[in-house]
Amino acid sequence: MTAYLEISRLEKSFGTVRVVRDFTLAIDRGEFVSLLGPSGCGKTTVLRIIAGFEALTGGAIRIEAQDVTRLRPSQRNIGMVFQSYALFPNLTVAQNVGFGLRVKGAPRGEIDARVAEMLALIGLPDLGSRYPYQLSGGQQQRVALARALAPRPRMLLLDEPLSALDAKVRVSLRNEIRAIQRELGITTIFVTHDQEEALSMSDRIVVMNGGIAEQVGTPFEVYNRPATRFVANFVGSLNTFEARVEDPAAGRVAVAGTALQLAGPLDAARGAALGLALRPEAVHLGRQPGREIVLPGRIEEVAFHGSVIRLRVAAGGAQVALDTFNRPDTPPPPIGASTEISFSARDVIVLGA
Amino acid sequence: MMRILAWAAFLLGSLIFVAPLLGMTEFSLSMRRGVYSLDAYRSVLADPQFQETFLYSVVMALFTIVFGVMLVVPTAYWVRLRMPGLRPVVEFLTLLPLVIPAIVLVFGYIRLYNTSSFLPLTGSATGTNILLMFGYATLSLPYMYRAVDTGLRTIDVGTLTEAAQSLGAGWVTILARVILPNILVAVLSGAFLTFAIVMGEFTMAALLNRPAFGPYLQIVGANKAYEPAALAVIAFGITWACMGLIQLVTRLSPHMRASR
Ligand SMILES: Nc1ncnc2c1ncn2[C@@H]1O[C@H](COP(=O)(O)OP(=O)(O)OP(=O)(O)O)[C@@H](O)[C@H]1O
Ligand SMILES: [Mg+2]
Repeated sequence: MTAYLEISRLEKSFGTVRVVRDFTLAIDRGEFVSLLGPSGCGKTTVLRIIAGFEALTGGAIRIEAQDVTRLRPSQRNIGMVFQSYALFPNLTVAQNVGFGLRVKGAPRGEIDARVAEMLALIGLPDLGSRYPYQLSGGQQQRVALARALAPRPRMLLLDEPLSALDAKVRVSLRNEIRAIQRELGITTIFVTHDQEEALSMSDRIVVMNGGIAEQVGTPFEVYNRPATRFVANFVGSLNTFEARVEDPAAGRVAVAGTALQLAGPLDAARGAALGLALRPEAVHLGRQPGREIVLPGRIEEVAFHGSVIRLRVAAGGAQVALDTFNRPDTPPPPIGASTEISFSARDVIVLGA
Repeated sequence: MMRILAWAAFLLGSLIFVAPLLGMTEFSLSMRRGVYSLDAYRSVLADPQFQETFLYSVVMALFTIVFGVMLVVPTAYWVRLRMPGLRPVVEFLTLLPLVIPAIVLVFGYIRLYNTSSFLPLTGSATGTNILLMFGYATLSLPYMYRAVDTGLRTIDVGTLTEAAQSLGAGWVTILARVILPNILVAVLSGAFLTFAIVMGEFTMAALLNRPAFGPYLQIVGANKAYEPAALAVIAFGITWACMGLIQLVTRLSPHMRASR
C-alpha cells in the first residue's frame, strides 16, 4: 500500500542557502505527524511547500499518488492553521468558517449546516455571529481550525498553532485538536518547536535539524532510541557521560575510571571516546535491584517540585540530573551529602563520539 | 511658556485661516443691501449652468474614484505581497503628480492623444472625458496610494492571503472579499480626497474644454460679485463634508479598529 502523502527528496534553497535538504517522508491516511526542531531548522518551509505557498527547488509531493507539486495553493484542497490565527477581521465567525465552502459555490443551506456542525465540533456553537476581535486567542484559534476543516480538506497543516496562547489554554487546546483530528480521521502535519507538544500529540515525530530530517519515529522511539546525538539532546532532557571504550566486542567501557558493562557490543575502536546518555528517570538515587551499574556521587542541588524532586548529583565526571518521587516520610537528602546512583545498562543510550 | 507660545501659534494660524473664510461667508450673505440673506445662494443654485457643471463633476469624480480604486488597490496589494523591495520606487512614482504641474500633464496628454495620434482620445467628447478621468486619477494618485498603503499596513496581508488561498480562493476573490473590505476605511478616505480634488480641479478641465465645476467657478468669479463667494462657500462645504465623512466611516467600523 502506498502512503497517503509522499514527500520525496524535497530540496529548498533561498539564494545559496539550502534550507531544506533531501527531506523524505511518507504519511499514512489519518496519521498525526509532528515536525519538531529548533528555530530556523526549516519546519515552516516544509509545511509551506506542502501547502503550495513556497516553490520547491527539487523533489516531489504526492497526495493519494497524485503529483501536486505544480498545483496552486488554491487547487490543493489542504487546510491550514496559522500561528497568528489569520481570521478575516471583516467577517463573523460563521462567515469565516463558511468562507471555503462559499468560495467553492456550495449552496446556502449546505454552508449553514456545515458551519453549525463545525462550530459544535470546536465547542463554540453560540458564537457564530461574533467578530474575531470579540474572541479570546484560544477561541480564535479554534475558529481558525473550524475554518480550515469546513471544506473537508485532504490534509490539515498547522504551523505552531498554540505558540501565541498562554500555557493553560495551550494544553487544553492541544488535547482538543488531537481529539478532533481523531474524530475526523484527517491526515495532519503539526509544526512545533515544543517537544512536549510533539511527544504528547503525535503518532509519529520528524525531528529536524538544519533542514534535514534527523529521525522519524513514534514518540516512544524518538525519546528512548534517539538516532543521533542531536535528537537525544533536543528531545527530553539528558545526562551525558564521556566514556572510553575498553573492549568493543564485549561492550565494556570506562567512565571516570569506573568500568561499566553495557548491554551489547559497540561499533567503535578500543580506546575511542564515546558519549553515553541517560534520561533523568532512568537514574536512581541509591542502589536498587535490577540496576546493576553503580557510581559514587555527591548531591549538588535539590529542587522540590511537589510530587517530583529533581536532584543534581556529581557522578562519573558529569552533572547528573535525576528525579525521585516525593514521599512524606522521607525528606530529600541534604546538599553536599555523599551518595550513590544506579542505573541499568539497558537504559544507556550510546551517542557515538 | 511653551503653552502660551503654542496657543499664540494656534490663534495666529486660525486667524489666517478663519478670517478670510468668515469674510467670504459674510460677503456671500450680503447680496441684499442692509440685511443678511441667502439670495446669492438662491441665484447660484437656480443657475442651470451650475447644476450642469456640478453634476458633470460629481459623475467624473465617481468614475475617477472607481478607476483609481481598481488601479491602486491591486497595485499596492501586489507590491506589498510580492515585491516589497519595490515599495520605495512605487511610492516615489505615485508622488510625481505632486511635482509635475497639472498643466504640463495635460499638455502631454493633448500631444499624445490628439486627433492625429495613434489613440485620438480628444476626437470625441467621451474620449476627452476618459482622458480627463485619467488626469484626475493621476492628480489624486499620491493621496489614493498613500491611503490604501496605510490601510494595507494595518492588516497582515501575507497571512490573510495565504489563509484565503488555502481555502480555495483565487486572486479576484481575495481582493474583493478579503483585502478590500478590510481596508475599506482607508479606501473611502482616499475616495473622499479624490472627490474633493476633482470637484475643485480647474486646469485640466479648462484646457480639455470640458464643462466641469472648476472652470464654471472661474467664469462666475470673473463676471459676478456675490455669487462667487457663495460658490466658494459651497465648494468649501463639499471638502469639509468629505473630511467629515472620512471621520465618520472610521468611527462606524468597529471591527477594523479592534482587529489588531
Ligand atoms: N523567504 C525567505 N527568504 C530567505 N530565507 C528564508 C525565507 N524563509 C525562511 N528562510 C530561512 O530558512 C530557514 C528556515 O526557516 P523556517 O521558517 O522554515 O524555520 P522554522 O523551523 O519554521 O523556524 P521557527 O521555529 O523559528 O518558526 C531560516 O534560516 C530562515 O531564515
Ligand atoms: Mg516556523
